[in-house]
Amino acid sequence: MKIEQWIYSLPLRWHSFFHPREVEQEIKEELCAHLEQQINQNIAKGMSDEEARRSAMRSMAGLAQIEQRCSDARGGSVVQDFVQDLRYSFRQLRRSPGFSALAILCLILGIGANAAVFSWVEGILFRPYPLVAHQERLFAVAGMVEGKRIDGLSWPDFLDLRRNCTLCQDAFVTTIRGSTLNIGDHAEVTTGSIVSANYFDAIGVRPILGRGFEAGEDVGNDSHPVVVISYDMWRNRFKGDPEIIGKTQRLNNVPHTIIGVAPEGFFGTFIGRAMQFWVPASMEETFDGGGYKLEDRSARWIESYVRLKPGITRAQAQQQISTIAARLQKTYPATNRGRGISIWPLWQTPFNHARTMGPTLEVMVVVVAFVLLIACANVGNLLLVRSFVRRHEMSVRLALGASRRRLLRQLLTEGLILAALGTAGGFLMAFWCRGLLVMLLPKGKSMYLPGALDGRVMAMSVGLCLLVTLVIGLIPALQTRHLDVAGPLKAESGGLVGRSRSRIRSGLVVLQVCLSFILLVGAALLLESLQRIRSTSPGFSTTRVAVTGVSLVAAGYDAPRAKAFQNELIDRLNRVPGIESVAFAATTPLGYICCSSSPIAVDGYQPSPDEQPEVEYNQVGPGYLATLGIPLLSGREFARSDDENAPLVAIVNRTMMMRYWRGQDPIGRRLQVKNRSLRVVGVAADSKYESMAETPQPFFYVPLQQDFVIEPDLNIRTTQSLQSTLATVLREVHALDPNLPLYEMITLQEQVNRATSSSLVAVTLVSTLGGLALLLAAVGLYGVMSYSVAQSTRELGLRMALGADARSLLRLVISRGLRLTTGGVILGAIAALALTRLLGQLLYNVSPRDPLVFGAALVTMAVITVSACLLPAWRASRTDPARVLRD
Amino acid sequence: MSKPTDLVQGTLDMLILKILALQPLNGWAISQRLKQISSDVLGVSDGSLYPALHKLEHRGWIRAQWKSSENNRRAKFYSLTPVGRKQLAEETANWNRVSAAISGIVQLKEA
Repeated sequence: MKIEQWIYSLPLRWHSFFHPREVEQEIKEELCAHLEQQINQNIAKGMSDEEARRSAMRSMAGLAQIEQRCSDARGGSVVQDFVQDLRYSFRQLRRSPGFSALAILCLILGIGANAAVFSWVEGILFRPYPLVAHQERLFAVAGMVEGKRIDGLSWPDFLDLRRNCTLCQDAFVTTIRGSTLNIGDHAEVTTGSIVSANYFDAIGVRPILGRGFEAGEDVGNDSHPVVVISYDMWRNRFKGDPEIIGKTQRLNNVPHTIIGVAPEGFFGTFIGRAMQFWVPASMEETFDGGGYKLEDRSARWIESYVRLKPGITRAQAQQQISTIAARLQKTYPATNRGRGISIWPLWQTPFNHARTMGPTLEVMVVVVAFVLLIACANVGNLLLVRSFVRRHEMSVRLALGASRRRLLRQLLTEGLILAALGTAGGFLMAFWCRGLLVMLLPKGKSMYLPGALDGRVMAMSVGLCLLVTLVIGLIPALQTRHLDVAGPLKAESGGLVGRSRSRIRSGLVVLQVCLSFILLVGAALLLESLQRIRSTSPGFSTTRVAVTGVSLVAAGYDAPRAKAFQNELIDRLNRVPGIESVAFAATTPLGYICCSSSPIAVDGYQPSPDEQPEVEYNQVGPGYLATLGIPLLSGREFARSDDENAPLVAIVNRTMMMRYWRGQDPIGRRLQVKNRSLRVVGVAADSKYESMAETPQPFFYVPLQQDFVIEPDLNIRTTQSLQSTLATVLREVHALDPNLPLYEMITLQEQVNRATSSSLVAVTLVSTLGGLALLLAAVGLYGVMSYSVAQSTRELGLRMALGADARSLLRLVISRGLRLTTGGVILGAIAALALTRLLGQLLYNVSPRDPLVFGAALVTMAVITVSACLLPAWRASRTDPARVLRD
Repeated sequence: MSKPTDLVQGTLDMLILKILALQPLNGWAISQRLKQISSDVLGVSDGSLYPALHKLEHRGWIRAQWKSSENNRRAKFYSLTPVGRKQLAEETANWNRVSAAISGIVQLKEA
């Protein structure tokens, strides 16, 4: 409309909106006046009173409709109609509280699950780092060994990458490290990051106090003992001291000057953990031990990121970075042969929890979409049942002059109310569910949970709400389309089930059964997989072995002192009754940081031209295999005498023997490791090293004393409880040095549990949602069956009168239900065969098409179907033929 | 029931505007005038007249005032607004163009 028109129109709309009754009255009055004048004219023409009235009424046939059309023509009524619809809908929904509650509950579950998962996906995979700028252009950088295995990067390689990558705006290092924090007279373990000096500038985070790092602070060896602390640490440990800058804090027993405090809500750049401090790379040795690594191209300890320039794609950047890596291979063959560099989007970051949670979340997205669909189908079905009940009401409204558009609007309004309540409830549910995510991560302190219910999640939920409104509003509307004014008014009682209605209803049930069958299969596969992971032997005993560590690096122990300490502690612990054996080892299997790896050479094994044999190893003390319960297949274990002065020795595992010695006894043979020559003295059985899901890998052990680590893990095989073992170890450690703190002590079983926790959570979530979907589908099926039984009482009564017994009626109804289910299951099975491949990464030793699982899902579905049909069927069998036929 | 024919549907608005351009009238008088002028050919039922009036009022082309009629009853009198006058001119021009074109076609002699 033009502006001039609005000048006249607006006051009218205003009036219609605020005084609807008055307007209605005026329309009536106007039409009455017209009738009156018509009657007068008719009388004047010589008709009788009665005739004049009737003729006038005829000329205004359908007075109520004319009124309605007049008020429809007054456009201002849109809002007013909406308010009216809203009131009416509320009344309708209140009238059938059971239906409304069920429908809203379905939607809460459907929408809530979606909102929760979306907030996780967004918080963990897409924008995992609060306060960090332009995360969409951040990519994780990892080294690749022979194009398959992921490794860290060395500092010199990183510098070369940063210098030569012209498509990268920035490149920065952030490697997670534990540290001992000395507070007063005791020490505490905390987590922080070793970063390149450009870290804070590159991520666009400004410390709220002091400064970030300056260029050059990441150069040199232990030359810049400065630290930026987290807001959390500043608040809690330093009580928010405003004069904090310039004070010192001992980290790993080295005094560091506090130069900055990070802003609130900044947790660093490691998914699943809140960093407490940041130190420059030059301080690396303080936290890692094991020598100065900033000039060592073979020390791959770095986890890093690049930010690409705007408009650069990952493929373009990868191409350039691959060229750089190829050049490094050529220039430094000794350290870089066979090594590439790859970049990954944040949700595929190989070195933090994104890697373990990504696949789970991907599956979750699909699962919750299914749950929502099933919920919608269910609510749609419920609405259909109701729309049959309300058929009469609808026809009356149509007859009274309501336009079909108005009826449709009414149905959509009801859908909107349901969806809005469902969304509100779902949002609350998502809010509570955020905490569930903790379970995905290994337990520990300083957890940080991404997954805020921010604007984006809100927008997504509102979008879902509108979508749901459309779906559940239009399903019953599809059916009022076939409503004709006269039909229901004539045939008062039910019994004539429209074909299209029953087709829609059956279609919805088939859809539900299909989707829930897919979820059922998925959940069963994951369950089976978890079962296999948990029942797989890790290759070492888990129950009676405890593992801990003594914080020697932080206490300033050098190698000779540490060596003496370790030997003495072993001797002391071995004398304690109840402790069967103890052994140090550089790493514990299934830990966050796995073992070192080294290029190897074996006499008589000819690697292919582009292969550089590289095998992971562990430095272990005497009696390690016995302590962990790893069987020794032949040869001997290491002894105290295998020290730095003795000939170098190694123990290889079975897979390594099979691969590099082709199954022949390797004992006494030579193994070249990092250009040192080792003699094989034993063969150990295979066990799990990095993850429970891995296939047997070649692996070897070297004596700790010949490749020394200052701070190895301590493994204890004991008959005592964990508590008393802890007390014993603490007592013995303090007898040697009262100031030494002990790391957390756990059993190896706990270690295994932590390593498999993410699959456990995936299974828990998917099977919970799968169960939910199944329940919803059962409710849907029950609804359809009991409805169709109610509709066909006449037919059933007739059958009974003709001699059918209760049993055959029972069979009849159940077989109808089964027929519906069969369709759904067949479709579901076909879809599941195609879809379960998505689970690939989450499955261990289970084929995504495992026939046993499909069979089990089929049986479950059949049982559910039969039980959903049982009650309606029983009711059908109780039909009283005499009464039905009389009615 | 009271649905006007398609031809009238499109032109009813214009007819009403034209009638009101001459003088303000109430609904009944408009219906009488319509019948009179078109000699009942168009068959505008009273049922479709009123929704049309309300629609035009809401578009700002006509406005209504309650006045007492000759027999001292309250009646709603419609009159043309300046915007309505413009609209009428537009529609009339349009109508003339279309009807000229159509009659031109209709009068074509068959070969």
